[in-house]
Amino acid sequence: MSVITREDVAPVEDGQDDQARAMRLMRRRSRIRFFEFIIWPAAVAAIFLLPSKMLILTEIAILALFAVSLDLVLGFAGIVSLGHTAFFGIGAYTAGLFARHYFAEPVTGLLVAGVVSGILGFATSFLILRGSDLTRLMTTLGIALMLGEAANQMGWLTGGADGLSGFSLGPILGLFEFDLWGRNGYIYCLAVLFVTTMVARRIAFSPFGLALKAIKSNPTRAALVGVPARRRLVIAYTIAAVMAGFAGALLTQTTSFVSPDVLAFHRSADVLLILVIGGTGYLYGGIFGAIGFTLLKDWLSVVTPQYWMFWIGLLLVILVLVGRGRIARWIEYIPQRLTAAMGGKP
Amino acid sequence: MLKRRSFMAAAGVALGCLMALPAQAQEAVKIGLVLPMTGPFASTGRQVEAGVRAYMALNGDEAAGKKIEIVLRDDAGTADQTRRIAQELVVNEGVSILMGFGLTPLAMSVAPVLNQAKIPAIITSATTSAIMPQSEYFVRTSMGGPQSAVPVATWAVENDLKRVVTLVTDYGPGHDIEKGFVDQFKKDGGEIVESVRVPLQNPDFAPFLQRVRDAKPDAVFVFVPSGVGSLFMKQFVERGLADAGIKLIATGDVTDDDLLNGIGDAAKGVITGHFYSANHDSPENKAFVEQVRKTNNMRPNFMSVGGYDAMHLAYAALEKTGGDTDGTKLIEAMKGMEWTSPRGPIMIDPETRDIVQDIYIREVKEVDGELYNVEFTKYEKIRDPNTAK
Repeated sequence: MSVITREDVAPVEDGQDDQARAMRLMRRRSRIRFFEFIIWPAAVAAIFLLPSKMLILTEIAILALFAVSLDLVLGFAGIVSLGHTAFFGIGAYTAGLFARHYFAEPVTGLLVAGVVSGILGFATSFLILRGSDLTRLMTTLGIALMLGEAANQMGWLTGGADGLSGFSLGPILGLFEFDLWGRNGYIYCLAVLFVTTMVARRIAFSPFGLALKAIKSNPTRAALVGVPARRRLVIAYTIAAVMAGFAGALLTQTTSFVSPDVLAFHRSADVLLILVIGGTGYLYGGIFGAIGFTLLKDWLSVVTPQYWMFWIGLLLVILVLVGRGRIARWIEYIPQRLTAAMGGKP
Repeated sequence: MLKRRSFMAAAGVALGCLMALPAQAQEAVKIGLVLPMTGPFASTGRQVEAGVRAYMALNGDEAAGKKIEIVLRDDAGTADQTRRIAQELVVNEGVSILMGFGLTPLAMSVAPVLNQAKIPAIITSATTSAIMPQSEYFVRTSMGGPQSAVPVATWAVENDLKRVVTLVTDYGPGHDIEKGFVDQFKKDGGEIVESVRVPLQNPDFAPFLQRVRDAKPDAVFVFVPSGVGSLFMKQFVERGLADAGIKLIATGDVTDDDLLNGIGDAAKGVITGHFYSANHDSPENKAFVEQVRKTNNMRPNFMSVGGYDAMHLAYAALEKTGGDTDGTKLIEAMKGMEWTSPRGPIMIDPETRDIVQDIYIREVKEVDGELYNVEFTKYEKIRDPNTAK
């Protein structure tokens, strides 16, 4: 954490002051933002207010979790990944196989899926350490493609292209059955999303998270001030893999079905898009992006089942053209603009 | 009145207390049509929808005195979307019958929904044998497993093509068809020289075709998903297999009606076995083809006829139950149903809920300036050999 306290330029002050300033900085960074007060109560209220939308909300929660995990590697550690779905897919298959062969209780399955995909994340993180952004793109993409093909070929284990089916999940914690309206499924996914996001938040706004940002903006410099870049990246990548594994497991458990599609390229691409829409580097971008992307997609595909992709594409182009630099943190601009408009100081 | 009601509803949303009310049910029967309308399998969705619309144009939108309403949704060919959409259609829209499902995994993913909600689903496209046992509520109007491949094997042996290489796409339906063909072919006394499998993603057939050529068989039996057929045919000609005296026999997916004219003269003389050709000579088919041409300006293919027959099955089942939309009663009504489809006479097997139909052997020829699969012989009442009891 000594990385960002400016001991190199500051005149000799006593350590106490330095430390206090660092603490202040940390506290400011990790303060609770206004949108956090809106998003979580709204998500809980939806259980009672929108009973007919449980399924799409479940999908949003899963996608949000997946996007938050990518934000941890992309927005904080600066690793551009085109194959993040590898972990999502591994989590999905693990949860499916676990429910089928061993134990049908979802929470246990969820944890097992997280562990397995964390192991994969740890193992592959060493490949990510090598090379620049372009090689990372290719490596991550390659890993996801290889796993996708493996899932397709190993029909005896995964059901091949037909997908893994014929298993059903038990009640959550032995108490809550998955119902046809998807209510319990949504509550379950929301709970997992909340807990995981809080953990990710704690990690991201800790000195560890700051170290990641330092590595992201200038790896050489970070190394010079003594940040162990390799170890930090390995840890961040592994944590993100665990979270993505959770997301995959949730998908399997709420649909009781897995197809090789969970490892398909378009999932990695979608989750990147979500971060483009929602913004990177503050975790909630994944959640906002997932809400925006899914609602938009659902609405457009009902209005025009054949051409909705065109409108999504158009919207993204506009978003990138208009947004540019601002895009990363648009949510922060709203209150600033609002207060500015009302004549106050931002 | 209407305005006022929608205003009330809007106010209700704002208060957040009226959302729980479901849409009021009228005297309409809703049918949820879930198809890949975008993505790599969009042509399947397009064709099935055309078939469904053609049926409604020809037979009206009423069955058993009730109005039939189609709710079309796009799943883009992804299984979790299919499952969510199907579940939403059941829970929110209150559909009585589900229909569509372009690929095997898409159909598989809705099985738990059907079992829980007890609603019939008519499969218009997906073909693997493994789907049907997943739910008691599946019925199929496309084709079961290697149904189209088995008669091709019999025909090949009868016509002195004794040494054959098989080339199939490496996924569920491909494996089904390979097994069906090989089993029947060996039983009839033929010899399988080699069995080649081509990857599903980005297929390049050149190296595989070279292997086929080196093996010097009498014929090569091919199955590729509809849509890849034109690419295959092009490479087949380029590699000079026809010149080497190797005959091409296939399932009808390769010479899909939708693509046949695009493939061009290279397709001439190819022998295929399938359940439907737009060229089938019957009054039912004439009316069907004309209707699809009129409304969608395209030639229907075997996917389209699957959609058409799915609608017939839904209408007929509703007539039989007297408009009762109870899922279990509907599925009972569908079992054993027989009718004359544009493809010829068909039946729903009461045991397996799968389709029983005639398979035609056809040759690609030019008719009135267009290429068609011209039927010249048929094998009657073929069942899915993998599930038939």
